[in-house]
Amino acid sequence: MKLITVAGPPSSGKTSVILKTIAALGLPEGSVGVVKFDSLTSFDHQRYDEQQIPNQTAFAGKICPDHFFVSNVEGAVEWGMKKGLSVLITESAGLCNRCSPYVNAILSVCVIDNLSGVNTPRKIGPMLKYADIVVVTKGDIVSQAEREVFAFNIREVNASATVLFVNGITGQGAFLLARYWQDALDIRTLRDRKLRFTMPAAICSYCTGETLIGEMYQMGMVKRMEFDDV
Amino acid sequence: MSALDYVAEVSAVPIGDILRRYPLAADYLANIRLSGVDETKTLPEILEDVDEDMLEEFGLDREEVIFHFCAFIEAFSRVKRPDEAISSITILGGRNKTGRPEMVELTITPGEVVSIVGPTGSGKSRLLEDIECLAQRDTPTARQILINGSVPDADKRFVAGGKLVAQLSQNMNFVMDLTVQEFLEMHAKSRMIAGSAAVVEKCFAVANSLAGEKFTLDTKVTQLSGGQSRSLMIADTALLGSSPIILIDELENAGIDRREAVKLLVGNEKIVLMSTHDPLLALRADKRIVIRNGGITKVIETTAEEEETLHKIEAIDSVLLDIRNQLRGGGIVAKESIPEFQEI
Ligand SMILES: Nc1nc2c(ncn2[C@@H]2O[C@H](COP(=O)(O)OP(=O)(O)OP(=O)(O)O)[C@@H](O)[C@H]2O)c(=O)[nH]1
Ligand SMILES: Nc1ncnc2c1ncn2[C@@H]1O[C@H](COP(=O)(O)OP(=O)(O)OP(=O)(O)O)[C@@H](O)[C@H]1O
Ligand SMILES: [Mg+2]
Ligand SMILES: [Mg+2]
Ligand SMILES: [Zn+2]
Ligand SMILES: [Zn+2]
Repeated sequence: MKLITVAGPPSSGKTSVILKTIAALGLPEGSVGVVKFDSLTSFDHQRYDEQQIPNQTAFAGKICPDHFFVSNVEGAVEWGMKKGLSVLITESAGLCNRCSPYVNAILSVCVIDNLSGVNTPRKIGPMLKYADIVVVTKGDIVSQAEREVFAFNIREVNASATVLFVNGITGQGAFLLARYWQDALDIRTLRDRKLRFTMPAAICSYCTGETLIGEMYQMGMVKRMEFDDV
Repeated sequence: MSALDYVAEVSAVPIGDILRRYPLAADYLANIRLSGVDETKTLPEILEDVDEDMLEEFGLDREEVIFHFCAFIEAFSRVKRPDEAISSITILGGRNKTGRPEMVELTITPGEVVSIVGPTGSGKSRLLEDIECLAQRDTPTARQILINGSVPDADKRFVAGGKLVAQLSQNMNFVMDLTVQEFLEMHAKSRMIAGSAAVVEKCFAVANSLAGEKFTLDTKVTQLSGGQSRSLMIADTALLGSSPIILIDELENAGIDRREAVKLLVGNEKIVLMSTHDPLLALRADKRIVIRNGGITKVIETTAEEEETLHKIEAIDSVLLDIRNQLRGGGIVAKESIPEFQEI
């Protein structure tokens, strides 16, 4: 089974791109599945159901979405194997700018949209920096020049990634993305594979349910801001 | 040169000089929150004073910063291969929506304008899409696109993706919070154009000549009107864009001088294909592709007679424009402002 991890900021077009790319893959119905990781709510399953795409959704709830992802992605692979899928896609939303749910040797796709501002690629961090393919959506509504500047800013952060423009609505460009997906690594399990980047540390008192504000309530790993003297 | 070759240079030369040699490298430092550093020190010296924890947040240690910095310089200093000249593109027919073969072989050369006409839903945008992805009988239409008469290598198709082809369409807008000047400079920087000031100046002048209402260099691009935005996009694509092929999807009624716009693009030795429902644009092309039911049914060369009708159509167009202006100005449309047409 080929595994592809897709991540990106909220509403950047991940589901739209996944749907169009699955269509472009042209594989038999039911052989490509999706596991959606999100934090609180998601309506993506309706769109996958509509296209008869086997799918599962998992909510991180109060757990950090990245930690939740690593502790469940192996289970996702097991589910995909049992279902007899030939391609499994994970869609991760609700992540912070500090993380990236990418695993060594597993095809990693970051989806960002043109509308989020030209400097966004410089702010997203590891999610963009460690991706193999960066998909840029919503190019249909911004100027060609902005698309070029956007792609340039992506290259400044990740010079080795392939940058592809995909229109999530018409599917333009999904065809090229599908060609890359066809070459993704075949795996049976993820056991013993390594993440590309460490997950954010989360071991302070607030991680374990503290809600009161004040230095006396802070324990464990705390990072303090330094302000200018006044 | 490889990234490693830059390590010696970066280790010995003060960062101020490095940044003067490779101005873009400042972006790398800014991305890891290292801007405004002491210019007299070398990068390794600067890193000595930087908190390791801060670097770790980016998943880097000091050595990696130096190496990545060098890799960055290397990536952006690679001698740019001059953009390969495109002498032609060829469309080889595939099949239409009902699977019938599309009997066509059409070659287009720089300086040529081809319009694409056909009913809504007939497949005009699809044809532009096939050209954009350099289809190799692997899209729903099974068309094949040749560059300079031969099959483009996979590299061109995948890696260069989008470089060969620029697109302009009716629903494109500016979203950057920049002035016209900043916008043009930013685009020039991303193309690493030398002497960009002159190009920016020219681009601005041309855009203004296409637009109805003038705008200034310090206007925000997001505040431009539809017509002004379109003018700037066209001028920018023609003068600052690198793509030799330009695909235009429906550019009608943009409130700009369409004739001049097309002239400008063609004058810069671009191949222009435009899908249109506008008779003025369709007839201004050298050829027009007629699409029906997903397939090209005809390629018509614009005849001399048709070119003559252009004047008449322009006259009709200006009548319409007149009426539009009357309405815009809050006037009442007078019967006399409409010429007599034969009643059918
Ligand atoms: N104009 C335009 N809209 C797009 C494009 N791609 C996606 N959209 C729209 O953007 C919105 C969000 O798209 P989704 O695919 O749901 O985004 P997502 O990243 O899966 O969102 P979450 O999973 O909720 O984080 C939808 O309304 C899409 O129709 C595109 O290329 N162009
Ligand atoms: N030869 C073909 N085989 C299969 N599908 C096709 C073919 N040509 C076009 N289509 C499909 O038909 C649909 C409509 O085509 P398209 O959007 O290109 O129409 P259009 O001419 O641009 O319409 P409009 O004038 O409304 O913009 C698209 O989904 C397209 O992929
Ligand atoms: Mg989604
Ligand atoms: Mg169309
Ligand atoms: Zn996170
Ligand atoms: Zn915590």
